[in-house]
Amino acid sequence: MLADLPLLSLVIWTPIIGGLLVLFFGKDEQAPLARIIALAVSVLTFLLTIPLWTGFDNSTYQMQFVEYASWIPTFNINYHLGIDGISMPLILLTAFSTVLVVIAGWEVIKYKPAQYMAAFLIMNGLMIGVFCALDSILFYVLWEAMLIPMFLIIGIWGGERRVYATIKFFLYTFLGSVFMLVALIYMYTQSGSFGILDMQNMPLGMTEQILIFLAFLIAFAVKVPMWPVHTWLPDAHVEAPTGGSVILAAIMLKMGTYGFVRFSLPITPDASMKLDWLMITLSLIAVVYIAFVALVQKDMKKLIAYSSISHMGFVTLGFFMIFAIMENTGSTQGMGMAIEGALVQMISHGFISGAMFLCVGVMYDRMHSRQIADYGGVANTMPIFASFMVLFAMANAGLPGTSGFVGEFMVILAAFKANFWIAFLAATTLIFGAAYTLWMVKRVIFGEVANDNVAALKDVNKREFFVLGVLAVAVLALGLWPAPLSDVMHATVDHLIEQVMHSKL
Amino acid sequence: MENVYLTIVLAPLIGAIVAGLFGKQIGRSGAHWVTITGVAVSFVMSVLVFKDVIFDGAAVYNQAVYTWMVSDGIRFEIGFLIDSLTAIMIVVVTFVSLMVHIYTIGYMRDDPGYQRFFCYISLFTFSMLMLVMSNNFLQLFFGWEAVGLVSYLLIGFWYKRETAIYANLKAFLVNRVGDFGFILGIAAVLMYFNSLDYQDVFDAAPALAGLTIEIIPGSEWSLMTVIGILLFIGAMGKSAQVPLHVWLPDSMEGPTPISALIHAATMVTAGIFMVARMSPIYELTETALSFILVIGAITALFMGLLGIIQNDIKRVIAYSTLSQLGYMTVALGVSAYSAGIFHLMTHAAFKALLFLAAGSVIIAMHHEQDIRKMGGLKKYMPITYWCMLIGSLALIGFPGFSGFFSKDAIIEAVHASQIPGAGFAYFAVVLGVFITAFYTFRMFFLVFHGKERMDEHTREHLQESPRVVTWPLLALAVPSVVAGAFFIEPMLFAGMFGDAIYVKPEHDVLAQLGEHYTGIGGFLVHGVMAPPFLLAMAGVATAAFFYLRRPDIPAMIKDRLSLVYKVLENNYGFDAFNDSFFAGGSRKLGRLLSNVGDTKLIDGLLVNGTAKSVGWISSKIRYVQTGYLYHYAFAMIVGLLALISLAVSF
Repeated sequence: MLADLPLLSLVIWTPIIGGLLVLFFGKDEQAPLARIIALAVSVLTFLLTIPLWTGFDNSTYQMQFVEYASWIPTFNINYHLGIDGISMPLILLTAFSTVLVVIAGWEVIKYKPAQYMAAFLIMNGLMIGVFCALDSILFYVLWEAMLIPMFLIIGIWGGERRVYATIKFFLYTFLGSVFMLVALIYMYTQSGSFGILDMQNMPLGMTEQILIFLAFLIAFAVKVPMWPVHTWLPDAHVEAPTGGSVILAAIMLKMGTYGFVRFSLPITPDASMKLDWLMITLSLIAVVYIAFVALVQKDMKKLIAYSSISHMGFVTLGFFMIFAIMENTGSTQGMGMAIEGALVQMISHGFISGAMFLCVGVMYDRMHSRQIADYGGVANTMPIFASFMVLFAMANAGLPGTSGFVGEFMVILAAFKANFWIAFLAATTLIFGAAYTLWMVKRVIFGEVANDNVAALKDVNKREFFVLGVLAVAVLALGLWPAPLSDVMHATVDHLIEQVMHSKL
Repeated sequence: MENVYLTIVLAPLIGAIVAGLFGKQIGRSGAHWVTITGVAVSFVMSVLVFKDVIFDGAAVYNQAVYTWMVSDGIRFEIGFLIDSLTAIMIVVVTFVSLMVHIYTIGYMRDDPGYQRFFCYISLFTFSMLMLVMSNNFLQLFFGWEAVGLVSYLLIGFWYKRETAIYANLKAFLVNRVGDFGFILGIAAVLMYFNSLDYQDVFDAAPALAGLTIEIIPGSEWSLMTVIGILLFIGAMGKSAQVPLHVWLPDSMEGPTPISALIHAATMVTAGIFMVARMSPIYELTETALSFILVIGAITALFMGLLGIIQNDIKRVIAYSTLSQLGYMTVALGVSAYSAGIFHLMTHAAFKALLFLAAGSVIIAMHHEQDIRKMGGLKKYMPITYWCMLIGSLALIGFPGFSGFFSKDAIIEAVHASQIPGAGFAYFAVVLGVFITAFYTFRMFFLVFHGKERMDEHTREHLQESPRVVTWPLLALAVPSVVAGAFFIEPMLFAGMFGDAIYVKPEHDVLAQLGEHYTGIGGFLVHGVMAPPFLLAMAGVATAAFFYLRRPDIPAMIKDRLSLVYKVLENNYGFDAFNDSFFAGGSRKLGRLLSNVGDTKLIDGLLVNGTAKSVGWISSKIRYVQTGYLYHYAFAMIVGLLALISLAVSF
């Protein structure tokens, strides 16, 4: 019965309509009701995504749960949805994260709580839409629309320098995506279709491919973010409220890397191969350079933001080193591991970065400071919280048994097949990732109680315990048994490799 | 049998989870009962497995428990390999762990983190068992990192102490440097073998022995050498070999029971175990073996020297651990893997004994650890005294004690070896015997004999530790004495390891020793007449003379050789170098990249620079729009004229 429903539309529109509904209870005295409705809607959305997983057919690369309707016939623009092994886990992650964000903001957000919740619900639907869209204009519209709620979240509920941060965030990402639009329109003029799958199959010359690739690169690199267009992220994170940071890190960054696998690799395979050195270089700079920058941050949120950039470097590295593997070993063996490792890293990073930002949020709610120097010895007054923090820090440092290990491990193993020195530089994350994360833990969590404010801290309450506990279970489960996640991807990734290896020239 | 193996690993894990999550509900005694039961079950099962494998000759068990993940057609599995090597390791691990668990009841009696401590040490036991029972590289790495995690948690157990949380961060990061090499080694294995399963890799290794790869353009390296050295870098971290040894002395910040369990008996021997396990790979590369040999010899000799100048009772033993780990590594380097494992086993017993006895002394001294403030404890603590004496004699290799057999076997093996570096290694391990004897008995005499140098208050309260502390000491004293004589023949000469350890015939130094081996008696007689024994006795005698008869001599030497003393005191400058070059350098580089790269160049020049230039241009262009009607009218007329003239001219 469930399979007959237009599930994808449901998971897109339920939170959007629910969000509009919450706005009706926008007055401050109706806040409790608004919260409950928001929670109910987010939970319902998450429950609706579960059949996408249980009903998913692992054996095919074809799009599943497809919905198709004409939207703007003049330009052949359609409401075309569908998911494969790459997008399905991301949809679950999005809906899951939104539930946690709603709970995490429960009594913390006092200023216009209904609007806050509504913004997250609407954003939830839009983000899921991005992962489902098979029509590039639909994709583009949702991609841009998603910026608006985030813009408001940072601009309204953000910190002191929120205006600078929002404008930087908006201009950066908006500027990037304009190039994508140009590329999409160009391909439409050549093929007469805005369908993403059509674009993947259309022939393109080398010059065309390179230009399109670069246009996509600008759009996606800003979102990931890749060095050197990454500086908006630390600012946005620092100013964003906790929930905003969580969604930004857990989901929004994945949009960029998702774009690479959905557009760049299959649409412009020859240009990807030709420019892979550029992508590998930028990725390794992200892994190594950014790790050093993270080491010296004084602001916890900035540190985690930089660590996100460094970890996302593994994702882009995994995607684009496949050509080097082919060149070095002469076989496709290893390419699948590189891409799957990158995809697993995307999901895992969603959990871990979300958890890390929530941890900072828990402390910020009590102390109103993000500065490492204001803390010290938190374990004395918040022992349960400290346990969570150490767990997530270890996951961030890629400890086996946590999800943070799986993706990095696969990418490093595959990187060795591409080139020893790529693997060498990528593996330095073992040292630097541990260094910046655990050094922060040492200064914040351990030690004698640093000051009266820390002495007055109260340990996590039930609500916070629940949120962190759910994430802890997710991080451990994925680390101890990643097979269910990777099994979903095999068919899709194999197909992607086939596409990439098939020259369009 | 699978259920038995699962029970061995899961019993301590369950104990750890219960004590960790429900510590408050079950209380202190609940926590120690549940964990001790778990480890005891594990120990009993391990003994049964040991009997099965060693005495009844059960077939090797090698099977997966579950599939962790499949990617690219490669199955990553969690599974067990149970052979004689595993059987010995699990017995050693669970036995020492059980003793430490019991001992902890006494040692940590008043600590507020009692339940947490039991949770950690049980978790450690689980991790270590997973490591040694693994049948593939993935799970090996899992266990490898998991023991590192628990070590981190336990060194920083007293998290209020600045020195403790400095030491645990340092330990973790230095280990990560080793793991960095280790993971690259695993990646190399996967690339060329397309499997991470030990058996697949070992079966295929001989066929790939001649393969060379090019890492730096222009120089060809043997694949096995690259894999061997990369994996060994991991072992250097975990087993604290120079130059990655720097974390181990600092790890003494942790409570003494874990110094015994983790930083002496089990975790630090993981590297030794790993190399022995990988013998089919290492046998194919003499370069890697030589590298191992030299590193081990340097560690054995130079870390021993540092033991001489330590005044903290635990640090003396810690440096002796470093030096003994060097001996084991040397054994691996000369392909005497069995001797390395044999020394690992005897060392586990007598070193755990020494640490726990030291802990007993520390309890009596009210947590004073400076041996200069002790002395004459013999009459107050007879059981501890005798146990410490047994441990010390075993450590210096006194004939008949367990350490004698294992250490002598190593020295003889090095003597027989032809591998490059063996000459230096022989010199190092023989000289090391004197040094070991000297610092061990220096500590022993300063603690138990001579003048009582503690303050009045402490002296009044001196007493033997409670039974829960002394019983584990006695239990560990037994194998410290007899394990050597009992196991030397089966382990070294009668092929107890069977196929678990592979040695190329031309490397097989133990077989050469075996030709002359006539029995324990002969080995003993030979040992008493050989130079190492005389050196050991000389070491003890020197220590007795210096510290019992003429305490002024060491002081004089210290004055005369102040430069040497300073070098030793500063750990040959390793710490200072690491602090300023690696830690300081990284921070400096980070600040440079952050301030100049991100803030000035990217944000200042590109991002805000763009914004500024847009603002600047528009501020200039703004003047075009003046708002005066006649300006616009004038512009219109000029424009019109221009258009008309254009139209006319074409």
